[in-house]
Formats: sequence, C-alpha cells, structure tokens
Amino acid sequence: MNKVIESVEQAVDGIKSNMTLMLGGFGLCGIPENSIAQLVKSGISGLTCISNNAGVDDFGLGLLLHNKQIKKMISSYVGENDEFERQMLSGELEVDLIPQGSLAERCRAGGAGIPAFYTPAGYGTEVAVGKEVREFNGKPHILESALHADFAIVKAWKGDTEGNLVYKATARNFNPMMAMAGKITIAEVEHLVPAGELDPNEIHTPGIFVQRIFQGQHFEKRIEQRTTRSR
Amino acid sequence: MGLDKNGIAQRIAQELRGGWYVNLGIGIPTLVANYIPEGIEVEFQSENGVLGMGPFPFEGEEDADLINAGKQTITTMKGASFFDSATSFSMIRGQHVQLTVLGAMEVSENGDIANWKIPGKMVKGMGGAMDLVASADNIIVAMMHSNRAGVSKLLKECSLPLTGVACVKKVVTDLAVLEIKDGAFHLLERAPGVSVEEIQSKTEGNLMVSGDVPEMNI
Repeated sequence: MNKVIESVEQAVDGIKSNMTLMLGGFGLCGIPENSIAQLVKSGISGLTCISNNAGVDDFGLGLLLHNKQIKKMISSYVGENDEFERQMLSGELEVDLIPQGSLAERCRAGGAGIPAFYTPAGYGTEVAVGKEVREFNGKPHILESALHADFAIVKAWKGDTEGNLVYKATARNFNPMMAMAGKITIAEVEHLVPAGELDPNEIHTPGIFVQRIFQGQHFEKRIEQRTTRSR
Repeated sequence: MGLDKNGIAQRIAQELRGGWYVNLGIGIPTLVANYIPEGIEVEFQSENGVLGMGPFPFEGEEDADLINAGKQTITTMKGASFFDSATSFSMIRGQHVQLTVLGAMEVSENGDIANWKIPGKMVKGMGGAMDLVASADNIIVAMMHSNRAGVSKLLKECSLPLTGVACVKKVVTDLAVLEIKDGAFHLLERAPGVSVEEIQSKTEGNLMVSGDVPEMNI
C-alpha cells in the first residue's frame, strides 16, 4: 500500500487546534523537525503534546511553545528551556511530568492494545498520587494507563513507500512506540526509497503503523551538547 | 578539603566489576567512565537507547544522531547496540543493568532520594531517574556532602519531592563512602585527610561509626 504524500503541508493536513499529538525524539535527536516547522506556520493552538522533551528555546517544540500553540505538555524532562520553565511556573502551560520509562511504556501500551500496566517507577512520589497501588512479589507498584494521540509524528532515517521505517543510532528513541500509538501516524524520513529496497530483516517499524510518509525537505539536525575530546 | 568531582568518580569506579552493564547519570556519574580499573570490562548503557557507549568523538566526527542521556555527542564501542526507549527501560526495570550511578540533591538515612524538582524554583523533570531508582538493585549516589550553602545533603528526611523511596544503598561524597542500612548512614571510608568529626558535623542524618574508619585508597 502506497503511503507516500508529496508535501509537508499534506502531511499535517487534518491536525487541528486542541488535538493531542505525539512527537518522537529525545532532546533534539530524532525529532520530526519538518512537521514541527509546518505546525508553527499553521498557527493552530491549544495542542496537547506528548514528547519526552520540549525542545530548546529556538528549535524543536520550543518553537511551538514560543508561539503559545501548546496548552499542555506530557514529558519526562524539560530542562534547558527557559521559555518552557517560565510558562510552567507562571501557570500558562499545563505540564504532566512522567518517568521516562513509564512514558515510553504508556505509548507502547497505547499502540499495543494494553489499557494499563503496573510499574515500580514513581511509587512513593508525587507521580503516584491518585494512582492504584498493588504489591507484586512483596514490592509496591503503581497502575499507569496507556497513552493515545490523534496524530503521532515520527522521524526516521530511511523509509519506503509502504511506510516501513529504519531509524539511525539513538535517533530511534521514542519514535517506534509513538508510531504505534497514533490514530494517524505521519513519518518524515531523510531518505524515501521504493518498496523492496529496504531489507525486511532490518525494518524497525513495520508499515502497518504508518499512514503517511514523506521525505523531509530540510534536516538541520541541531546538536544540543556538542562534546568532543582532543586527538 | 575532600575530593573533587573527579575524585568521587574515581572512588566509585573501584566498585565496578567485570561483566557488568552500568548506567551512569548526568554530572559526576558520567566521569566514572574515565576511571575504569585496568583489566575490567564493563559496558555502559544510556537510557536514550544505546548499550556499549564509548568516549566523546574527536572534533569534526560528531554525529547528531548519536548522543547520550545528557544529550552529549558520543561514540560507540565494538559490539554496541541501539534500541528504542521501551526496550531501554525494559533493561532497567527488568534488572538487566547491574549498577546505576546517579546524582542527588538529597538522600535520607532510610535511602530515599530527591533529585528532580525544587518546588516553585526549578522543575526539570525526572527523566529516567524514577524508573532507575525504583528498579535497580545496586544504586550508588554520587554527590557533594553539602550543598553550595553548606547545608548537609545527607538528611534524616528529604525535604524536596522524592524521586524514590528506600532505594539508595551507597553514597560516595567528597568526604566519605557511606552505606545506608537499618535507617542510618554507616561510615565505611573517609576521603584522604578528612576526619570522622568533620564528616559527623556535616551529616544531618543518623551517622554510625564503628571502629577505625579507613581512608579511601585513591
């Protein structure tokens, strides 16, 4: 089945104000930067964004935050973003902070038809407030529910016309689980190839999880913490 | 007096055992990788999705797609692997990682840890810390004994929002190595030149001292 669409405009078609979106990436690594740029242009607002991080002040989800297009963030780590911290502390932005492993598993569960699961993470902390606690093997766990999204937007290294995806290095991160959990999943890829060119043994995300795929026009791939050693 | 951050890392590195998979947190824990004892092979896991993390790249060889959990550019060792975040935390919650080293703002005498939030001031989020401390069997906290204002970080009870309860078993600070058990900090080693009295005066929580406390060997 051909999932290819021609432009980023068509890719985000149907994303409306007040919807819930999942956006792949860890820090600025593996984020769908072409789609984010298009959402900034579109001017829609009131978004709930599920993403491990919230970008930096002038890149990634930070661009949507700057324009006040985001109503609520569901994330695990939001440091290194002054505008985010300002909006959160002033109460302009709703924020739900979730342990990173629970966030990943809640996305996976959403895509896998598992409504909820028990995890030890967060027991005895603010995260556990209002959640069911149950002991397994003498250890307390809390009940966490699946996450779903109207649209999931992911970024892959390579993809084919069937929507099969291959990620590169640590740019994989949350992308595979989010691809599974979107009612509609949009994949932007660096290299779009005809079906048959990718080795089926090496597909990370099977095309069944992807409804739209397009080749991104421009990937800046900004590095947040450039660290090197001397030769 | 006492150790600097590299000294703390060097002492923690002595805890490494061959064949372990190790997760190092951001800050002092990251430095532990610089002091792996000779003849010992360990593999570093970074929760954003890599096993077999190597040193920072040479200038000009940075890859935006290859970072650690601190978002720093890294390299990989031979035999490394990449995986998604759900798989990464399966390794962590499933106790496939033998040692977790992380920083803290506060640790209590019963092993509670706080390191993710200062209400009204700083909220960065817990990242993977809550998953790590709730699941790992072997957790070492690396931190300074007191904060910048000179207030002890080893407390009877944490004052900040918790990251995990009764989970820390060992703390290595600029002044001491301490084991947490039976509701107290047990002093195992002193930093070179640091007296038991100084450690006592800078530890708010219950400190147990038995016999002569040796100096760290670093």
